[in-house]
Amino acid sequence: MSRPQLRPRAAGSPVPGGVPAVACERLGFSFDSVRAVDRVCFEVQPGEVFGLLGPNGAGKTTTIRILTTLLPPQEGSAHVFGIDVRKHPMAVRAALGYVPQQLSVDAQLSGYENVWLFARLYGIPRRERAARIHDALETVGLADAARRLASTYSGGMVRRLELAQALVNRPRLLVLDEPTIGLDPIARGDVHERILQLVREQTMTVLLTTHYMEEADQLCDRVALMHRGRIRALGSPAELKAALGPGASLEDVFRHHAGHDLEEGGTLREVRTTRRGLGRFG
Amino acid sequence: MRSVPRAAVSGVSVEGPSSPPSPWLSFPERALTFCLAELRRIRHDRTELYTRAVQPALWLLIFGKTFSHLRSIPTAGLPYLDYLAPGIMAQSALFIAIFYGITIIWERDFGMLTKLLATPTPRSALVTGKAFAAGVRGISQVVIVILLSAILGVTLDYNLLHLLGAVAVILLGSAFFSTLSMAIAGIVLTRERLMGIGQAITMPLFFASNALYPVSLMPRWLQAIGFANPLSYEVDALRGLLLGLPTSLGTDFVALVVAAFAGVTTASLLVGRLAR
Repeated sequence: MSRPQLRPRAAGSPVPGGVPAVACERLGFSFDSVRAVDRVCFEVQPGEVFGLLGPNGAGKTTTIRILTTLLPPQEGSAHVFGIDVRKHPMAVRAALGYVPQQLSVDAQLSGYENVWLFARLYGIPRRERAARIHDALETVGLADAARRLASTYSGGMVRRLELAQALVNRPRLLVLDEPTIGLDPIARGDVHERILQLVREQTMTVLLTTHYMEEADQLCDRVALMHRGRIRALGSPAELKAALGPGASLEDVFRHHAGHDLEEGGTLREVRTTRRGLGRFG
Repeated sequence: MRSVPRAAVSGVSVEGPSSPPSPWLSFPERALTFCLAELRRIRHDRTELYTRAVQPALWLLIFGKTFSHLRSIPTAGLPYLDYLAPGIMAQSALFIAIFYGITIIWERDFGMLTKLLATPTPRSALVTGKAFAAGVRGISQVVIVILLSAILGVTLDYNLLHLLGAVAVILLGSAFFSTLSMAIAGIVLTRERLMGIGQAITMPLFFASNALYPVSLMPRWLQAIGFANPLSYEVDALRGLLLGLPTSLGTDFVALVVAAFAGVTTASLLVGRLAR
């Protein structure tokens, strides 16, 4: 990428004595006969932006769903800030802000009300609520549009509102599943800026999934390349590219590790739900 | 360079689940959130309120007016329209509640449900909240039926305490039927199948109740269903409260509370399936 680095890379240096923000140990999950996640191991250090990179059906979303306690791990273990997702799901959820891949705002409510709903569900005390909602909307640049119904928002605004819903919890770990899917290049750049700004100013840990190589390259301190449920390579984008030789792109790295075995994955339901989340409301 | 992340510092101290307060403490507040959100949705878009008023109006005006001439239904001395009005209240609340599971499938097909389920909200608080949100919509229908009844000259009891009792009855009845709908949603997982099942069970539930005629008029096998049908208890309680008929209010409330509780429990167990 010729684009200048927006911030110095931490390259995932572990914090001495710190509990990892995320720790997966031989994680496994199968849907009927399909092995969606296969012996996945990785750690995310606090303050890091970590990316799960791979094509549709690689197992990224299933991994995320286990970490957000939506699916119980069938094999292995997963911890968020040292808390077992299987044993203490409520405590894990309290530490999270999660933005799913699909549309997650209520079109019949205003921007403010959409964030208000999550402020209440995260149990933010009444006296702090209004200020926290305002902060979250301010952070994503929607304070002026807060009173409008979400159904009048553009695709980029919807995505930012979804981010605000997660941020109102002031999460220690922000989980973003395909944060820029279906956005036009300008809205995508805008969402990138917001994520980087959050990491800079609020020192949040971010775990994101993407199938855009350049997004991973630009945003992530470290990436794990996933394919068919397994992690094929893990490291900083620079390390991964350097290992392959001069001038290699992350896409080359991916092709190298996934082999020529890159036919489109994913079921019709995944494709449908992915597309449904795109663009604007009607 | 970035400073040492805040999360890293505090991360050392968090070894177990002790830090966040128990989500169960705020169960009522979280459940209430869904009712408040429903009220705000209704406030933003009132079209459904008006279109939904058509059906109870037809039942009262056409069915009610016609059947008042038959005089073959024992109504404890009341005009048939009076006898019918509480039945239509319960029916219009039932029609809303029995399809309420569709909203939860809708929220699933978008991503809203996964996001809600990833917050520290117990499944049962979500289900309870949605159940009473269905009741909130149901009550808006009841208000319309009461207005229609007043126009048609039905003499209802407008005692405030009795009206509040009727609100409680509608909330409990809607809670049962909407959790039934959510439980089915958790099993069938698609809108089309839920629509089909909803269509298939709505009318039997309605006809196998005392909404239009007393259960005692039915053939024996149907009476058994009528007695097991929470709608009968809902209508019975409404008749007791709004018409002053000598009904067994205590039994009605117990039956409705038990039904609502069973519904919330069942739906809470099944609703997690929708997140997969």
